[in-house]
Amino acid sequence: MTDTPVALEMRSITKTFPGVRALDEVSMTVQVGEIHAICGENGAGKSTLMKILSGVYPAGTYEGQVVYQGEEVRFKDIKASERAGIVIIHQELALIPELSITENLFLGNEPTGTVGIDWGAARRRATELIARVGLTASPDEQIKNLGVGQQQLVEIARALSKNVRLLILDEPTSALNEEDSEHLLDLLRGLRTKGLTSIMISHKLNEIAAIADSITVLRDGRTVETLSAAGGGIDEDRIIRGMVGRSLEARFPDHTPTIGETFFEVSGWTVEHPQVPGRLVCKSSSFHVRRGEIVGFAGIMGAGRTELARSIFGRSYGRHLAGQITIDGTPVTLRTVQQAIDHKVAYVPEDRKVQGLNLLDTIADTIVASDLRRITRYRVLDPEAAVRAAEGYRTSLNIKTPSVREGVAKLSGGNQQKVLLGKWMFSEPDLLILDEPTRGVDVGAKYEIYGLVHRLADAGKGVVVISSELPELLGLCDRIYTIFEGRITGELDRSEATQESLMRLMTGTSPAPTH
Amino acid sequence: MTSLKEVFGGGARQFGMVFALVALIIVFHVATGGKVLTPTNVQNIINGNSYVLILAIGMVLVIIAGHIDLSVGSVAAVVGIIVALAIRDWGIPWWLGIVLGLAVGAVIGAWQGFWVAYVGIPGFITTLAGMMLFRGANQYIGKSNTVPVPAEIQFLGAGYLPEWGPSTGLNNSTLLLGLLAVAAVVHAEVRRRQSAQRLGGESIAPWVSIARLGPLVAVIAAATFLFGSGRVGTSFPVSGVILVVLVLVYGFVSTRTITGRHVYAVGGNKIAASLSGVNIRRTNFLVMMNMSILAALAGIVFVGRSTASGPFDGTMWELDAIAAVFIGGAAVSGGVGTVIGSLIGGLVMAVLNNGLQLMGVGSDSTQMIKGLVLLAAVAFDVYNKVQGKPSIIGLLMRSRRQSEIPGGPDGPEAGPVKGSKADTLARR
Repeated sequence: MTDTPVALEMRSITKTFPGVRALDEVSMTVQVGEIHAICGENGAGKSTLMKILSGVYPAGTYEGQVVYQGEEVRFKDIKASERAGIVIIHQELALIPELSITENLFLGNEPTGTVGIDWGAARRRATELIARVGLTASPDEQIKNLGVGQQQLVEIARALSKNVRLLILDEPTSALNEEDSEHLLDLLRGLRTKGLTSIMISHKLNEIAAIADSITVLRDGRTVETLSAAGGGIDEDRIIRGMVGRSLEARFPDHTPTIGETFFEVSGWTVEHPQVPGRLVCKSSSFHVRRGEIVGFAGIMGAGRTELARSIFGRSYGRHLAGQITIDGTPVTLRTVQQAIDHKVAYVPEDRKVQGLNLLDTIADTIVASDLRRITRYRVLDPEAAVRAAEGYRTSLNIKTPSVREGVAKLSGGNQQKVLLGKWMFSEPDLLILDEPTRGVDVGAKYEIYGLVHRLADAGKGVVVISSELPELLGLCDRIYTIFEGRITGELDRSEATQESLMRLMTGTSPAPTH
Repeated sequence: MTSLKEVFGGGARQFGMVFALVALIIVFHVATGGKVLTPTNVQNIINGNSYVLILAIGMVLVIIAGHIDLSVGSVAAVVGIIVALAIRDWGIPWWLGIVLGLAVGAVIGAWQGFWVAYVGIPGFITTLAGMMLFRGANQYIGKSNTVPVPAEIQFLGAGYLPEWGPSTGLNNSTLLLGLLAVAAVVHAEVRRRQSAQRLGGESIAPWVSIARLGPLVAVIAAATFLFGSGRVGTSFPVSGVILVVLVLVYGFVSTRTITGRHVYAVGGNKIAASLSGVNIRRTNFLVMMNMSILAALAGIVFVGRSTASGPFDGTMWELDAIAAVFIGGAAVSGGVGTVIGSLIGGLVMAVLNNGLQLMGVGSDSTQMIKGLVLLAAVAFDVYNKVQGKPSIIGLLMRSRRQSEIPGGPDGPEAGPVKGSKADTLARR
């Protein structure tokens, strides 16, 4: 085992989902005893690759070879990969809050005595394990009483209890504060000296640069390059260039913005997490939108973009602590979604199936749902008016359906997204906040949606676009704000924004060294 | 096929539902050698089931919103005893007794709505508690005695419409109701044609309208004759009139008012509803409160029929009402269901009960058969959902459209739709 320095080799991995090639001939090599980082933008294929490695996508559903400790392995599920010593710790922790640390550590893996579970032995091993990860808590403590950082350590302790030989961490520090992150990274360094191999997915490039021995960069489902710390190849600029190095093609309709005056302003916006008191998801954020302007918000997942948008949209997220919204120079308070709608604000959510649509509804019923008052006569709904309104949007938004009386669930993703846009255009807003407006939408529909955003701006509305795709923001927006850990870290004009500059600001990286 | 769809499709599923019920009635009528369709028997079916059907109207809204109410039988019982005692012992007039009863229902509803909507206790638990609480209250207040109610209350539960005017061989009140019903369905069809013309320009062929209206008018005429031709002094029952009014009002509220649409929105996708400005708490509160008010009304109608309020009134009513709603095409996971569907579902149960009884089947077997019918109706629906085929129950019982499989080219998922019963089962 120790005569080969290669712990893992993934060769020409290709994975397709219906209509999408998520991974295209991806290869990577991990040496024994190193910390190997995987970098890439959202959707580059990092998580898919790790799911193949850990058996979530079983052998046979992808092409290519996984060679682990010198042999080709074909895992049929997570259990199989765990038996081989590969343990993945997901971004969303998989601990059961009501159970103790000990119970969680040995869940599904309980040490058995002569009769039933040997809790004495379990507790002894748990004490030993939590000491190894540097956690200072009783093994009987319930998970729900631990902070996120401590929970992360419990996850690692659980991995150690399974005799892990290859530890995979998916965004381990995304939910941690600086101190906890530092502790976690120290722990990983300590485990490395004991010979543990780890793979780490992270957006925080400063951390990667500080800890990784080598880095595989993915982009659009392909391996771009592998960088090695030994060769001095790791610095943040180098990684960023690898991650974003594609050209902006002509994927956007031509548009000449006509930008008017500032009409929507937010200042000092501070919001607390709804469940975790003291954790701020928006930290004194201020921004403004002008008429006819398309404003982008860039940030990695969990940076607080959606949280900012939803807390503005009638406080539909978190606890509002401070901050003022000003519309047309008048300070307003939007306590409920209805008030936000009344003040001509609209929010098109990021997950259309979960947050945007009632999949039981027809297209017509969906479109009018943002403001039912507009299809009433003497407080009685007029279904005919709903159909007429929906027909209008079917034509203008080019929604492909035989009838607006069809169910929205039958439509393709792109057409569902158009229905959702129509729903929020129906409320006739002045400010439209579009959260990931083209997620899960094919290229053709994307182009149509971009054109639509342009038309809305040309009609004098302010449009805010939240997107994880930097090219989309660069191609669509007149001005872009960057958010990092709940704070607005930058404001770039279209002319000065580049993928590199945005990526730097949205990953909390220090400014580029001047050449 | 397309012509059939034209007749039954579009907002015309109610037509289909009516025919499903008619088929069941005819089967029993033949099987019992003509005992089902007699004036006395149909009057009994209505009088003996109107209170459950009233509950089903409230229950379908509760279930559409994604909750359940197990307390309705107990609420009906406690209201019944309060009304009976207030009239007998306090000497308040009968109408004030009814007002008092409905007010008590509203207070109980506000209590349950508070726990469900504002505290967030699941309806199942809140109303399970209410079931015990108000059953106990009924027996505490009435000291487990049976208390009679005056004739005016009895009129609501077992009375008949007056005789008047020239001799037509039928009860003239019933005849008038029948004529109004015919006028209403013809008017609705005319409106439908006009609306279709305004929207699409394509006009509906006249034969389509005739094919739709003909059978419906025939059913109404037959019903009018049946109800009106009983022994002198009988007619379409008063409790049936109350029921028809409630069906019309709640059918309208659920489909043509903002509050009604919000109930469907909350049950269909709570997150999307709240992000569209729906006040989720208020909607849940109203739905629970409304249920208890209707339970109060059902309780009053029932004590009227049985001439007295007793300690065991209303036991198992909640389950009959819930069964009616699910046979009527509602989904356990919420978002789907109609008032008219639940009425038909309730009538299917009632006719089953009645038909089996007339055939001489014992109540033990009747229970088993009803249980199996409920299971079969829902299982058939689930099976067709899983297969991705349109379900017959779905087609017959739902006027709200529902699609089979979500996800276009972007979504690899192809599971049961939220709202289908299969989905609910899968989540357990």
